[in-house]
Amino acid sequence: MNIKTAVEGAVVTVSVSGRIDTTTSPALEQELKGRFDNCEELILDFAEVEYISSAGLRVLLMAHKTMSRKKGMTLKNVGPEIMEIFDVTGFSDILAIE
Amino acid sequence: MDEKVLEIEALVDNLPTVLGFVDENLEMADCPMKIQMQIDLAVEEIFVNIANYAYRPDVGTAMVRVQLFADPPVVDITFIDHGVPYDPLAKADPDVTLSADERQIGGLGIFMVKKIMDDVRYEYREGHNILTLKKGLEKI
Repeated sequence: MNIKTAVEGAVVTVSVSGRIDTTTSPALEQELKGRFDNCEELILDFAEVEYISSAGLRVLLMAHKTMSRKKGMTLKNVGPEIMEIFDVTGFSDILAIE
Repeated sequence: MDEKVLEIEALVDNLPTVLGFVDENLEMADCPMKIQMQIDLAVEEIFVNIANYAYRPDVGTAMVRVQLFADPPVVDITFIDHGVPYDPLAKADPDVTLSADERQIGGLGIFMVKKIMDDVRYEYREGHNILTLKKGLEKI
């Protein structure tokens, strides 16, 4: 998994590529937690995400809850395979997905 | 029927090895990428569960057996450990209609496994937890 972060004022865009699983999700969690303080709006670009397990969903839920006290978190470029996992788990109703 | 077995210490750090072993066998069976991803997801949930709970605080081994059937193309993946008896299927399904604030993440992994696999079976036999995942490999 690789993470690229772009900061424009209070808008933080985090682009993730590869697999978000049990072994890699702690790195994503750490990156997001380190950005919350100076972030009003969080965008997660999932264009290059190949796989997400429940460990990754846990991180998304944590970030969603934190950001819901601000301007929120949006996911964009979610592929059909990842979308199916969001549908199965009810995450597609919780998360803002563009 | 083609059968391959991996015996490995049940440690989260060994997850990439387990997934590599499973994927290698699925690729030989020309498994579509989407189905492979779904199987990876189930394998991760089950193996990480064993790594986290079966032998704690000690370390033990897990056996992963991949059985490929040709006609129709189906894979059976069986996990065997000799840790504490634990039936992951006995847990009630989480309520996936709750809002984010009410949502508990626990139990979501095994719920996903049940939704994504065609069949999931558990038995405890002669001191072993035996969990089998079944999934058809043809595109629907």
